[in-house]
Amino acid sequence: MTIQEIYDLLKIHFNDDIKEITDISNGDSFITVNPANIFDILQFCRDYETLDFDYLTLISGMDSGENLGVVYHLYSMKFKHSIVIKAFVPKESPNIQSVVYLWRAADWHEREAFDLIGVVFDGHPNLIRILCPYDWEGHPLRKDYVTPQEYHGMKVPY
Amino acid sequence: MGLLNALDNPINADGIILGKVEDLFNWGRAKSNWFLQFGLACCAIEFMAVNASHFDLMRFGNIPRSSPRQADYIVISGTVTLKMAERIKILFEQIPEPRYAISMGSCANSGGPYWQHGYNVLKGIDRVIPIDVYIPGCPPRPEAFEQAVLKLQEKISMEEIFKKRERVAQEDKMLESMLKAEENNFIENVNKHI
Ligand code: SF4
Repeated sequence: MTIQEIYDLLKIHFNDDIKEITDISNGDSFITVNPANIFDILQFCRDYETLDFDYLTLISGMDSGENLGVVYHLYSMKFKHSIVIKAFVPKESPNIQSVVYLWRAADWHEREAFDLIGVVFDGHPNLIRILCPYDWEGHPLRKDYVTPQEYHGMKVPY
Repeated sequence: MGLLNALDNPINADGIILGKVEDLFNWGRAKSNWFLQFGLACCAIEFMAVNASHFDLMRFGNIPRSSPRQADYIVISGTVTLKMAERIKILFEQIPEPRYAISMGSCANSGGPYWQHGYNVLKGIDRVIPIDVYIPGCPPRPEAFEQAVLKLQEKISMEEIFKKRERVAQEDKMLESMLKAEENNFIENVNKHI
């Protein structure tokens, strides 16, 4: 299925929750969706007969300036088609439903997005930092992150 | 080294060597320094090459040990993150004295490519543990590592063993009094000018 067909199919089932489709000529085109309904949309993508996205390639977090974004790359082993779905959450309340119960692979990916960008995945069974030390302050890959002067008595700047 | 040179001395004949016990001990220590089997980032790949048959680090008497308790020195081979730095400090302190450390590559020396934007990288392992030999390069060639090992052996064979602690303590005391005198001088000078 092409991305346009997938978009039309999703539009039929979720109408207003599926926002727009962004065409990128030399990269992955993506579909922007409503973050409030992300779990249902992704569950539909996984279970619907002609979609069958059984493989979650990756989840990544991003900081688009005013919002935080979560990007889902899905792939279907059966139909060999893939899709990119993006959802944007406001910085003040960066909460989104976890999809660990759809794909177990989401576990560490969501922890990484939480650690580095600060997206909070509601319903995640173990949402703790995965790369930074547990007592690290802030989320380092945010655009407005300020590098600390010191960590445990060690000077950080050069 | 020092011991073998003594063989060239015409006074020593018939298999008898006159020398210092210190030289004998240092000879043994320098020629069998075991290192902790431990690698960090891309430099560790080069470190593996040094250990493999082509460069054969073992011919220098360097044997990998899996426990710091059995090791003589540690090689900081790669990028040291702040999270890892604390663990490295513990590992280093577990090595029984006398212990040594080699800093391998730009990352361990000074942060390397991460010196500016590496919020998570320690900019130089010598901020945490004392380093004996630094190897420049990103990554250093295995030959450079071999030279570092030879430098370390040189350093060990020139070391004092006996009464070292007493001597060091005395030196420390002297240094302290010198610093104090200097400080007093400085304060006097400042007071004069006020
Ligand atoms: S100095 Fe270069 S090769 Fe060595 S760990 Fe750093 S980046 Fe990697």
